This record gives sequence, structure tokens and C-alpha cells, in this order.
Amino acid sequence: MLTALFHLFTGFFKIGMFTIGGGYAMLPLMQEEIARYGWMTAAEFIDIIAIAEMTPGAIAVNAATFAGFRTAGVIGALLATASLALPSLLILVPLSNFWEIHRDHPILTAVFRGIKPAVAGLIGAAAIYIGKTALLYDPLLSKGEGLPIDLRSLLIAASVFFAVRRFKADPIKAIIVSGIVGLVVFGF
Amino acid sequence: MQQNQKQRKATLWELFSAWFKIGLFTFGGGYAMLPLIEREVIDKKGWTDKEEILSIYALAQSVPGVIAVNTSIILGNRLAGVKGAAVAAAGVIAPSLIIIMIIAANFDYIMNSVYVLQAFSGIRAAVVGLVAAAAVRIALGSLKDKPAYIIAIAAFVLSAFTDLHAIAIILGGALAGLAVYYFGARRGAED
Repeated sequence: MLTALFHLFTGFFKIGMFTIGGGYAMLPLMQEEIARYGWMTAAEFIDIIAIAEMTPGAIAVNAATFAGFRTAGVIGALLATASLALPSLLILVPLSNFWEIHRDHPILTAVFRGIKPAVAGLIGAAAIYIGKTALLYDPLLSKGEGLPIDLRSLLIAASVFFAVRRFKADPIKAIIVSGIVGLVVFGF
Repeated sequence: MQQNQKQRKATLWELFSAWFKIGLFTFGGGYAMLPLIEREVIDKKGWTDKEEILSIYALAQSVPGVIAVNTSIILGNRLAGVKGAAVAAAGVIAPSLIIIMIIAANFDYIMNSVYVLQAFSGIRAAVVGLVAAAAVRIALGSLKDKPAYIIAIAAFVLSAFTDLHAIAIILGGALAGLAVYYFGARRGAED
């Protein structure tokens, strides 16, 4: 049991330490560590990615919780998730202290003036990427008739966009309402 | 309290509950978190603003770790030091811990429930609308001059149509910023 817990700690610390970019970037290393320690089967790993995508929270955190829980129950889940976040804490506290102190230096101001629009561009691209996966029919499932876009999904997405832009709707309420709408419209 | 005046203090409970909410209602991770962050951290609490959040995001993405956790650590650290960082991270992680443990314990039942799948189809579509709205709002708020437009469009095209890593694109933005706003400004001053 102690060995299993130790492996959970070292495995997830490593994943937190050596993957930059979060989310999907973490999955290959996670897969490697899971295979090495036998935390779950390959099929379970695919299931957990699906669940991690569907449920709230960061994908890598969800996967760590699942693997930890399967290996050593609640303690395993807590340990795996804490180990995943620990490197961030160790790196970012000193780094962001440095940033807060020196952020007004002309070089740093110039650097961040260039970074901000780049991140705005990345967010735009992310919206398109998320849209592709959520709005398009699965090409394997649809029979090639009509539009490749799921009109119900498109309508929900457009309504939410409009509600937030025009009426400053609360994103949390938008998510809850859309879940209920989904329950109704995808039932047909 | 003025809209653009940044709050510099927060209690640990405030930090935990705000990030718990963000963790609880973020579906898909990464940028899908942005609309919630804007609402909780910018509009309601005033811990940062629309423009600065982009710098924080860039920092969160450029170091190892989960982006949502990293973002919570940077803001938690600013408001209440190391303790604040740890509490904010715990808050954003806690919903995952609770929900995933419940799911792991009832795995087969939940995966086979058609109602769950239908509700999530609706939520996934909502996330598209939320992220698109955040993208528009951020573009309107942060693109202030011509170089900024060019950098944003280049980043968008590179990210949408090539396999270039987000960090490479952020680094490119940093170099462009240095060239235009530091060396460019100095040359302009000498002329």
C-alpha cells in the first residue's frame, strides 16, 4: 500500500513537473506512467478521458483523481491530485512574485504588450477548435445527408453567445439552462 | 470601488469559494474557464482586469502544470501569498475530486445513462458560445494598435491551422512585443 502511494506521488509529481500547456499535453506522459504502474487498463484510460471531458474541472486533474481513486481510494485520489498541482505551486509562487515586482520594467511591459494579442489570437483559435468538436456531427455516425452541423447544438451555442454578449448573462446559469435544454432536445 | 481599481486583498475563504465555483462550472478545461474567470474574478471580485488576465494566462501556460491550477496560483499568491496560492489551487481542484470520486464509484451506471449524455451535449454546445463571447470581448479590449492586430491575427492563424505549440506562439508574441514596443520605441525616440 505504501509503495502504491509513493508511486502515485512520484508519478503525478513528474506529470505536473514535465508537461507544459496543461490538458491534452499531459495525457501522453500520463498514459506512460499509468502503463508503467498499472494504475488502470488502456480501455479505462480512454473512458476516463471521455469522462474528464464531460465533467467539470481541468482534464488532467480529473484523470489524476480517477487514477488515484482506482489505485488507493480517497487517499489515493487526494494524493495523486495534490502531487499533480505541487510542482505548479513550487514554480509559480517565486516566478509570479518576480513578475509582480518587475512588471513595470520597460522590457517586461513591451514583452507583455506583444504577448497579450498573441493570447487573444490563441483564444479565438480555441473557440473554433471547441466549436468543431461540439457542433459538428461525428462523420462516422452521420449518414452524409444534410448539413454536417448539428443544428440543435448550433442554436444553443448561438443563444448563449447572444445572451452573454447582449444581456451579460451569468455563464453558470447559461451552462445549467443548456444542460436542461440538451436533456429535452437531444431526447428526440 | 471603481471598475478598474484592482483589489489587493482577499480572505482565504473568498479565494477558495470563488475558485471552487470556477472549477465546478468549467467544462473542458483551459480556455473554457475564461468566461467563468471573467465573471467571478474580474466582474464580481475585481482581482484582475480584462487585459491583465491575458498576461496571467500567458504565464500560466508557459510553465509546467495544469492551466486552470496555474492561473489560480498566480492570482491566489498575489492576494494572499503562498497560503492564498495553495487555497485557490485547492478550490479549483476540489470539485473535480468530489465529482470524479462519485463517478469512479458508480462508473458503469453513469456511463450508460442516456440522460447524462443528452445533458452534456447541451452543455458542450453552451461552452462554444461562452468561449466565442469571451474571445470577442477580449479582442475588443486588448487590440489597441496596428501591431497588436497583426500579432493577434498571426497567432490565430498559426494556432488554428498549424501544429505549432501555444508556447511557441506566446514566445513569438513576446519577441514581437520586444521588437515593436521596446526597440521600436527607442529607435523612434532617437530619430
